[in-house]
Amino acid sequence: MFYSLISGAIPAFEHFGVFRFIFSAEWDPHPEAEQYGALSFITGTVLTSFLALVFCLPFSLPVALFTGEYFKGKKVASVISAVIDLLAGIPSIVYGLWGFYTLRPLIMDLGLSSQGFGILTASLVLAIMIIPYAASLSAEFISMVPRELKEGAYSLGATRLEVIRNVIFPASGSGIFASYILALGRALGETMAVTMLIGNTNNIPYSLGDTGNTMASVIANQFGEADGLKLSSLIAIGLLLFLITAIINFIGKLIMKKLS
Amino acid sequence: MKPMSSLTYRHFKDRLFFWTVCIFSALTAIPLILIIWEVVKKGYKQINLNFFTETAPSTLDAMLARNSGELIPGGIANGITGTLLMVVIASLLAIPTGILGGIYLSEKPKTWFSILIRFLTDLVQGSPSIVIGIIAYSWIVKPLGSYSALAGSIALSIMMLPLIIRSTEETLKMLPGSLKEAGLALGASYTRVILKVLLPSAFGGLFTGILLAISRVMGETAPLMLTALGSSAINWDILKPTSAVPLLIWEFYNDPNLIDMIWSSSLFLLLSILLLNIIAKQVARKWKIQ
Repeated sequence: MFYSLISGAIPAFEHFGVFRFIFSAEWDPHPEAEQYGALSFITGTVLTSFLALVFCLPFSLPVALFTGEYFKGKKVASVISAVIDLLAGIPSIVYGLWGFYTLRPLIMDLGLSSQGFGILTASLVLAIMIIPYAASLSAEFISMVPRELKEGAYSLGATRLEVIRNVIFPASGSGIFASYILALGRALGETMAVTMLIGNTNNIPYSLGDTGNTMASVIANQFGEADGLKLSSLIAIGLLLFLITAIINFIGKLIMKKLS
Repeated sequence: MKPMSSLTYRHFKDRLFFWTVCIFSALTAIPLILIIWEVVKKGYKQINLNFFTETAPSTLDAMLARNSGELIPGGIANGITGTLLMVVIASLLAIPTGILGGIYLSEKPKTWFSILIRFLTDLVQGSPSIVIGIIAYSWIVKPLGSYSALAGSIALSIMMLPLIIRSTEETLKMLPGSLKEAGLALGASYTRVILKVLLPSAFGGLFTGILLAISRVMGETAPLMLTALGSSAINWDILKPTSAVPLLIWEFYNDPNLIDMIWSSSLFLLLSILLLNIIAKQVARKWKIQ
């Protein structure tokens, strides 16, 4: 698998050099002077994913506390986790449609961006998409905090909030951190929804309303008509994306392994 | 310092935090409701018998129908058959391999080979679906010289494999060790114990895992764009380009005349995935290992 990615990417790397390919923001398919560089897509990917992580935090953390601590094992918690499961089951393309027809007009009305496409729209939808992963994993870590620790704090007169802040978060902090890292890994690779919402322009985005392209969306958009050097460049972007997500996931898994 | 007011304050903070948690948790349900509501509201009117039996309409037909205020003729039969074809082939490839891999991992958890397998499973599970599409493209599409259902199935089976391996391993691990020992004590061979004792008692878990894996790959679009490409006719030949429901949605999305079809296709896709999920949950509950 790895081999086929690398062998496909070699022509692009050979032609431009690995370093220049990664750090060049030019993407020019003119037949005479083809110039391909991945920098604008890397920035697009990183920007949308981290923004999505920020947007998803205020929702996934309460859900994790709700199902993992406050209502652990109760019926309400199972309702919420069923909702979360359903959210995880909706296909990426349906999220994209929803973002296009519901969220985009809203963003336009708010005047955040003239077309409604762009980094902000894409990361909002991405945030909804990764809530399930972040929430269910961190709920697991929160519910794994030993009872004795919590009861000790209660017996000292702590309120529930103080137990959460001073016992549960320190005890499960790295687990929660790991689950957000894994959610980030998901966000990095998301393709369809982002492709439909980010605007697909080959430039480095500088603000929230700017359009751009992520590594996954440029592959999805241009793979069909690509050949020769362009195809190889797209495969090279795929390779980079694969490496980035693999590293992110590896870090997340490593933290988790240390815990258990 | 006044201890009483500080206590009230602490309790107040505690309550406030509790309600914030509740409110934000409830807020997460809103996108789900909005999405389902929108898809149902805009999608239901296109769903009729033709929707399941006819292939996707051409732009011209759709435009004519729209202008005269009728429903768009045609359906998504080519997508349904394509999805069916590719999911079946992908399952045939992934299920046996996945279950065998899972058995190996649960029986020999500590060898270097199983550590390697586990690492690779994690790697594949974490890799973006579009990258898997590229891989299937360079494995199948490039050597054969054409986009094909086979390539799409390979891509989907690569995505299913880690899910099935993992669920098999987890289920087998939950079985009590005494079950295996009892089988061995009765003189059954190792293979026999696995086939006749372990697999049947783990059936519920395996089945749930398989259903969830299928429901996961059914909605995948990105890898299919690079492998199966799409086709406007019903196709059962695994070496030819084939359509799939999510691919059709993508085509409809790119064609302003076919907008109404997007929602009904999404509704269909969503309902099938939800149905699979619900069946999986029911199976899991019924066959739960005590």
